[in-house]
Amino acid sequence: MDDFGSTALARLLDHCTDAVQATHAQHGDATAWIAAPRLVELLRFLRDDATCAFEMLTDLTVVDRLGEEPRFEVVYHLYSVAKNHRVRLKVAVPESDPVVASATGLYPSADWMEREAFDLYGIRFDGHPDLRRILLYEEFEGHPLRKDYPKTKRQPLIGPEG
Amino acid sequence: MGDPTDTRSGEALPGDTRGDLHTEHQLLNMGPSHPATHGTVKFMIELDGETIVDLDVQVGYLHRGFEKECESGSWYQAIPYTDRLNYNSAILANQAYCLAVEKLLDLETPERCRWLRVLAGELSRVGDHLTRCGAACLELAAMTPFLYGIEARELVWDLQEILCGARVTSNYVRIGGVKHGLPDDFPAACRELLPKVRALLVDFERVVTRNRIFVDRLKDTGVLSKQDCLRYAVTGPMLRAAGVPLDLRKQQPYLVYDEIDFDVPVGSVGDNYDRYLVCVEEIRQSLRIVEQCLEKLERLGPGPVDVQDPRVRWPAKGRVFSGMEEMIQQFKSVTEGPRVPAGEAYFAIESANGELGFYLVSDGGSRPVKVRCRPPSFINLAPMPEMLRGALLADLIPTFDFINMVGGECDR
Repeated sequence: MDDFGSTALARLLDHCTDAVQATHAQHGDATAWIAAPRLVELLRFLRDDATCAFEMLTDLTVVDRLGEEPRFEVVYHLYSVAKNHRVRLKVAVPESDPVVASATGLYPSADWMEREAFDLYGIRFDGHPDLRRILLYEEFEGHPLRKDYPKTKRQPLIGPEG
Repeated sequence: MGDPTDTRSGEALPGDTRGDLHTEHQLLNMGPSHPATHGTVKFMIELDGETIVDLDVQVGYLHRGFEKECESGSWYQAIPYTDRLNYNSAILANQAYCLAVEKLLDLETPERCRWLRVLAGELSRVGDHLTRCGAACLELAAMTPFLYGIEARELVWDLQEILCGARVTSNYVRIGGVKHGLPDDFPAACRELLPKVRALLVDFERVVTRNRIFVDRLKDTGVLSKQDCLRYAVTGPMLRAAGVPLDLRKQQPYLVYDEIDFDVPVGSVGDNYDRYLVCVEEIRQSLRIVEQCLEKLERLGPGPVDVQDPRVRWPAKGRVFSGMEEMIQQFKSVTEGPRVPAGEAYFAIESANGELGFYLVSDGGSRPVKVRCRPPSFINLAPMPEMLRGALLADLIPTFDFINMVGGECDR
């Protein structure tokens, strides 16, 4: 972890400058904003490139920037066991059509994490084999981690006869 | 489901009706509260006889809106919630969260604090692994080793109580420090109890490690290869059991782990038995670390355990009562809590289950915009169907035990 992923970031920028919208390394976390349509392509590059070698999609989550446009950020944390470095990818997702391509084809670990992001934020992952709620139950209304979901909101009780 | 028209081939003998037997797969609903799983989780299992054809793992029964709660309070108010993620190793979750906040604040904690955190964290890890191995025995119908394991865990929890004031929800770590330094009676208690924990571990191992029934249930069951572990982002003892020596305490040393002498055990096959062996060895290594921490802390002697930063640590009580500035600072700290500079940070530690990370986003205010916990339990549980397809139903129990899914952390 000597370079905190900056080598990988440089490699990514070399490879496809046009798809990387911005980068930063706040607190030593190499981060790249990625154009949504190029996400899967770039994930594949980061996984298969020998310098990057990100075998693991460690984490996937969403940040809700209510009031900003685009409203959502889907955040990917990648880790390379071989190179011992990390990189963070961010994709902006508009509220009107919250869809991102699924990473399940590249990283099976994305399966549950994408289901969770769908469950709690209502982001849809195009190409996910089984996109259904995971932590909440099917009848739950709304997506509770969205900033406009009130903390005190009640859900209709689920019972045998309604 | 099975094909009802499927009949077995071959010439039927007179009186043999097998050819006409209608067979179909059975759907077994196991959980969410099942005596042989120490976790609230439901399995929908498609069975062909006793063989698992497919498995759907349904989690979420303990979902309490951890992230939502964290995002509606101050940065400090999230710490007690982190206690309740993994009841076996609360201090490790405290640590991960506080280290992530400190990363956002660019805080460096005093040396004494870092050693205390490692000490407390390793006690937690011992307790966690003892529970995992003990409960696995219980669920494989071996009551005695479970009691050995739990007795040892009690001793560890006694130490945690002396150190933190609570056995389980310790709430010990603070942003920029720890609740208090080493209590006077801790070193003696530690020297008295650690040999007892070691002795119980020896007893435990004598009953279990070469026990024919235990070995048969664990060997070659729940196998997850090295490649599959990486594909599923599995970390912790499960990954190490598959032969990958990834331990963030070594790979990306935080706190004072680079000054500590300990080994990282690895397995080769990646089955439940390897996981068991890795965990037992990790208990021994953690006890070694605890001893080194104790020695170091005694050498360091009493002194500050908090960072001298008025943003995160409160002024001393005596000064609050006598000085106006301190009074104001105390008032602001209590009513608003610290403000954290805008930005984002991810910090991960090696928890007992694997990589426990916190991804935090701040807008510069006194409330977090985002508190994401990267839960190793949740992520390690996802490949469970992969591990069990084609296995016997009975293999599900040890496999689930050694994944060590903890509901609080998995479902948040």
